[in-house]
Amino acid sequence: MQSPPVQLSVRNIRKSFSGKAGEIAVLDDLSFGINECDFVSIIGPSGCGKTTIFNIIAGLLEPDSGTMQYRGTEIESLRGRVGYMMQKDLLFPWRTVLGNVLLGLETRGIDRAEAEGKAREYLKGFGLSGFENAYPNTLSGGMRQRVALIRTLIMDPDILLLDEPFSALDYQTRLYLEGVLKDAVETYNKTVILVTHDIDEAVALSKRVIVLSGRPARVKIVHDIDLSATSPITARSDTRFSGYFHALCAELDIQTEKTA
Amino acid sequence: MDPRKFRLGLLAAATAILLAFLLPLAVEASPLLFHPIWEAAAGAGVLFVLAAWMADDRASTVGIGGVILAAATSLVLLGDRQIAGSARSGFWMIAIAAWLAAAMCVINLAAMQPIRADRQRMVNLLVPLLFGATVFYLWEVAVRGFGVPPVLLPSPSAAAARFAASLPILEADFVQTFIRGVLVGYAIGCGAGLLVAILAHRFEFLGRGLLPLGNFFSALPLVGIAPIMVMWFGFDWPSKAAVVALVTFFPMLVNALAGLSASGHIERDLMRSYAANHSQSLSKLYLPAALPFIFNALKINATLALIGAIVAEFFGTPTQGIGFRISTEAGRMAIDMVWAEIALAALAGMAFYGLVALAERATTFWHPSYRT
Repeated sequence: MQSPPVQLSVRNIRKSFSGKAGEIAVLDDLSFGINECDFVSIIGPSGCGKTTIFNIIAGLLEPDSGTMQYRGTEIESLRGRVGYMMQKDLLFPWRTVLGNVLLGLETRGIDRAEAEGKAREYLKGFGLSGFENAYPNTLSGGMRQRVALIRTLIMDPDILLLDEPFSALDYQTRLYLEGVLKDAVETYNKTVILVTHDIDEAVALSKRVIVLSGRPARVKIVHDIDLSATSPITARSDTRFSGYFHALCAELDIQTEKTA
Repeated sequence: MDPRKFRLGLLAAATAILLAFLLPLAVEASPLLFHPIWEAAAGAGVLFVLAAWMADDRASTVGIGGVILAAATSLVLLGDRQIAGSARSGFWMIAIAAWLAAAMCVINLAAMQPIRADRQRMVNLLVPLLFGATVFYLWEVAVRGFGVPPVLLPSPSAAAARFAASLPILEADFVQTFIRGVLVGYAIGCGAGLLVAILAHRFEFLGRGLLPLGNFFSALPLVGIAPIMVMWFGFDWPSKAAVVALVTFFPMLVNALAGLSASGHIERDLMRSYAANHSQSLSKLYLPAALPFIFNALKINATLALIGAIVAEFFGTPTQGIGFRISTEAGRMAIDMVWAEIALAALAGMAFYGLVALAERATTFWHPSYRT
């Protein structure tokens, strides 16, 4: 299979934080590549620095050393060009659903009427029309996370960074939102990097899974996931699903034995 | 409320009315039965018994009717020169009956859980009104019944009469103290506090350097600052506004600074991931998140400002203003005028606080503390 061109490549990133116990190396010589329209999941033991990787790509943190290339050109970071979605939905309680969706576009200085039209279109596409003027505290967890997803997508980011976006939701809502995410990514042709604890989720959604080692994090292995399923639910009934699942579990289990 | 307790309370009130007919009203007064008002007292007793017999939600209405009759009886009796100032147990029985029945009705009303929203609103209004009316009634009856000298404590009716008779003076005082001193000082103090908080939040060295200094200044006694401000800004309202601005500045600075730092780390990261600059983050995240804190300061300052302005007027003022009037009228032993001014200050303070609280509800309705 011919692999598509590389969109973002991360080269030899190092990052350490100084804590009470002295310098703690979090990322040590980390390198990986993300292809155009890729869907990559990053899994690894907890506290291995997955969120730090995102913060460096999004430009919220500076790496100690290392480079990043975007479509062949050297960049500092993708600040303002990524869609960063976090564990908590982070909807502002003083803004309506529409106001929350518009937050990023307002920051970018887009014409109000144009932005509002676009927002209503997205809300309709995600089954949230009629909730434009509702406040977040009246919505269910799944609806709130859908609004957060729209808020991320509407910025038309180069890359979506999803940091355990569904971990706070119940299983049914998570399955449903995984489907919503997968459809949206295909509709809008987005590249996604997903950090997750959930191996099941990683296999069902991704084209590739990057397994990280414990701190300091290095890329341990990259698994290609070849499931031709159309939705995350049907992916789980694919015969190859449990094979991938057990292979990834094994990778992580060895890891926990080593660090224990 | 437990209907047995309600019954017991109201029957006790009815018994007190019965005793009022038997015990002497005053040393030289004729018994209650020979006063033309005796029918009202008897009516009150009958209504109390009726309410005790019903002992349900509607019983409060009947009970309140009895309370009004009993209160009216005692107030009419106080018009009798033989009773006023030398009331005896018979008279006090009526006051006790009115108080006891009113207390029972208030407790019964407060415990009531009506289904309809409009009735709930009515009850919510009625309970504090009845409570307040009872307090004022007891004050009135005690002062006139015991014959307390007006210099020590005037009856509320005397203070109210004084209030009504000196409306032009009160209005001038209100304009001088409240509209000029308080409002101008409040706007300057709160505005400057908020502005400095925004700067201190932006530039860390300002926050670190300013806050200890702020604590020092806010600990300065008001009575020490006021004469200095009078020297700086003259006798008229600007010196009062300056005192008010000083006392309101630091509560706002401290609260607003806490509020601006209240937004979480990941919310800030979200704004940064949009490549938002500081003023965008300020208007879209920091300030809205700080609103509950800012309103806290506005509410604290609403009462502080009034106290500050009144106390500042004790240290030199033109011949106007609430504080000036209180100090001069107290010197002339015109205590009813002092009470009228106190009532004016209390009303103004309450209305001011209420307005700020309303604005708070309208703008921070999203805050968890308002979720029902």
